[in-house]
Amino acid sequence: MKNPLDSLGQTITLGFVLTIVVILLIHAIA
Amino acid sequence: MVELVSFDWWLFCMRWLHILCGVMWIGHLWYFNFTQTPTVPKIPAELRPAVTKFILPEALFWFRWGAMGTIIFGLILAYMNGYLGSAIKLGIGDHSAHNTTIGFGMWLGTIMWFNVWFIIWPNQKKNIGLVQATPDEVKKAARLAGLTSRVNTLLSIPMFYCMAGVHFY
Repeated sequence: MKNPLDSLGQTITLGFVLTIVVILLIHAIA
Repeated sequence: MVELVSFDWWLFCMRWLHILCGVMWIGHLWYFNFTQTPTVPKIPAELRPAVTKFILPEALFWFRWGAMGTIIFGLILAYMNGYLGSAIKLGIGDHSAHNTTIGFGMWLGTIMWFNVWFIIWPNQKKNIGLVQATPDEVKKAARLAGLTSRVNTLLSIPMFYCMAGVHFY
């Protein structure tokens, strides 16, 4: 199976997905 | 007149140095991931050593020392701001969205710094010939360094959200 990190587009998409997760965690904690 | 030796000036100075080093670091990270890695396979084989033997070692020097400067000035900045301890525990129990946000940014940045110094650089040393390795080891090292560099590119997106967003929260 191809690693999604081989694709720059998928890397950036995952970066934005992780950003949403971090935003939700900030709101859950603070 | 602005006092050049005031605490506030030194605080600002640390922020300025943190940003300078951060641009040096992430600028090179994005150069590797957005420009060099996708382009090298398109370069004729006989010209590739220009990148791998000359540009890459120099870029890796500024990349890893940029990372070192960023974390050093960042930790000093957090300490001088008085939120280092709270940010390390992600502001949990402190009811401070500001400290939670900068804490996530600091942890993401610290993971990225660790990746640079303990995964990417040791493996790139094999790739650029500073450390002896078999062709198979070089191939594996280049693959691991490349993937870890991609992980850092991924992490840089939420990391910058936290670093810049700290003025919003």
